[in-house]
Amino acid sequence: MKGMTRGSVPGKTFDTTKRTRTGKVSKAEEAQSLVTWKKGLFLIILAVIIVVASAVIITIGPMPITIPDVYCTLIDKFVPGVFSITQSMANVIWQIRMPRILGAVLVGFGLAICGCVMQAVLKNPLASPFTLGISSGAQFGVSLAAVFGITILGGPYFLIGNACLFALICSGVIIALSGMKGGTSETMILAGVAITYLFQAANQLFSYIANDEQRTIMSVWGMGSISGLNWHSILLLGAITVICVPLLFSKAWDLNLMTVGDESAKSMGVDSNRIRLFVMVVSSILVSVLVAFVGVIGFIGLVAPHIGRMILGSDHRFLIPAAGGIGAVLLLIADAISVNLFAPTVIPTGIIMSMIGVPFFLYLILRGRRKEYWS
Amino acid sequence: MIIKLAVKDLCFSYDSVEVLRDLSLDIGDGKIVSIIGPNGSGKSTLIKCIDRIIDPSSGHILVDRQDITAMSRMELARNIAYVPQNSLRVFPNSVFDVILMGRRPYIGWKGSSNDDQIVWAVIRLLGLEEYALHSFTELSGGQQQKVLIARALAQEAGVILLDEPTSNLDIWHQIDVMGVLRSLVRKQDLTAIIAIHDLNMAARYSDTIVMMKHGKIVAAGKPNEVLTTENLTAVYGITATIRITDDIPVIIPLDRIPVKSGRIPAAASHH
Repeated sequence: MKGMTRGSVPGKTFDTTKRTRTGKVSKAEEAQSLVTWKKGLFLIILAVIIVVASAVIITIGPMPITIPDVYCTLIDKFVPGVFSITQSMANVIWQIRMPRILGAVLVGFGLAICGCVMQAVLKNPLASPFTLGISSGAQFGVSLAAVFGITILGGPYFLIGNACLFALICSGVIIALSGMKGGTSETMILAGVAITYLFQAANQLFSYIANDEQRTIMSVWGMGSISGLNWHSILLLGAITVICVPLLFSKAWDLNLMTVGDESAKSMGVDSNRIRLFVMVVSSILVSVLVAFVGVIGFIGLVAPHIGRMILGSDHRFLIPAAGGIGAVLLLIADAISVNLFAPTVIPTGIIMSMIGVPFFLYLILRGRRKEYWS
Repeated sequence: MIIKLAVKDLCFSYDSVEVLRDLSLDIGDGKIVSIIGPNGSGKSTLIKCIDRIIDPSSGHILVDRQDITAMSRMELARNIAYVPQNSLRVFPNSVFDVILMGRRPYIGWKGSSNDDQIVWAVIRLLGLEEYALHSFTELSGGQQQKVLIARALAQEAGVILLDEPTSNLDIWHQIDVMGVLRSLVRKQDLTAIIAIHDLNMAARYSDTIVMMKHGKIVAAGKPNEVLTTENLTAVYGITATIRITDDIPVIIPLDRIPVKSGRIPAAASHH
């Protein structure tokens, strides 16, 4: 490539070999590699926490099953006949607790990553799937189904189909509106906030004219819950996550550059408008599907990326997985609390998420540190 | 003179207001070129058009006789680097990470240790080692400007564009930044094009000064050829005395020329 060879014009390149050949590494360089190493370690720890938390949470629930029995039931699936387990135990573990845990991890992971990349491309710490109006769009779809029976999918998926469609329409409108004015991040955020108000008004209108049964459907969905997930929906969520997250992750470098501004990003070779469009489209699809299945579990998309940034800075090569991991852990814990706090009554996860998440987040931002590194 | 950068018949309009009109300019290799002119004269627009941060409506820009309008953005970033006046600071970044961004035109997804080494070489060159792990936002304005220059150096481009690099700095840091630029241009064989307001700074550090008004070049040449009392009156609408010290013109502003019939003489009506 022509440009590559240009770099080797004498005088323009930097002599980088001197230090490395003698093996001398400066203090700052050592510190830098330590920081990189710590970031990697943090990701590993996060993965371990998810596994350990899942392993603990699967043993607790309204139906008392002893810890050995839980693991025997799990092993029995792969090596049948070794342990004596009851059918009801197997049902609780495999049909209730497992989908819940996997669902919490998937949804938390996905929502947090979407929030993270949206904040980066919109260069706004307030951006999240919820401030952009995507969830209120989904809620509108649910209201339409509940109150007027207008659905696009029949059967058990009638709410999900509507929620997903209207979430997609909503994000499509935001992206299109901002595209008309050159696609700046400000127009996208303003369009999102404006659309949120519009759909909220519509939802209130529907709620006003709805009967009690219809209103219950609307409000339960609005509170957000992962109770509705089964193995089919987990598979679907897993598939969409496996497609969308690597696409977003592949733009990690460009996202890094976009956080310093469009002009600077362009000057370093990143077509910021194109990247913003790409990231918004992919993340909107992921969010729409997630929100359609679990309802409004706000907050994760907003806080998980911020917690990630406080811990390891804004390098999206590390931040994207970290935000996802933090989101997964938060939702996993919130969901475990919502199931067990007033057992056998299950509180909607979205409520618990906000109740534990908000004070925690306030504590983090009010501790008043401007220091972003754990050194 | 070896021509490093050539601008040919460049036009740019913003909402049907012409900001640049048929602007042509040749810039020699290894020079510091300052672009001066009143607010709204098109200095920053010219800089941004050269780097295609904004797209010119017509005209050509050539770097080493290659038309950059035909280049991909990545290829362009390997030829021209840009130092903004300041950087958006919504999210925290370490100084190292900010400078590493300049390697984007070269790296694949993973990044290589060679890129890290180049970043360290740049950091050593500008004496930023002690700040490498600090947060960019914690630095003073002068240090931030140096970090942004370091980031541009990491792009290993032959041309470096700067948009008012000294505007927000105290006099010590102004001299610091301009001194760094001068030594870089000499040592690294760079060509620097600087949009700048401070006429005395421009006079002191530039090989060539380009004076603009209403999107056109009024005068271009050595500082003492361009910075004349006549030009200052015509372009800025001021009267000034010019003293020559060590071959460098020093401008002592005296008074502004009163505005006639509501028209500000120099500053263009847009903006």
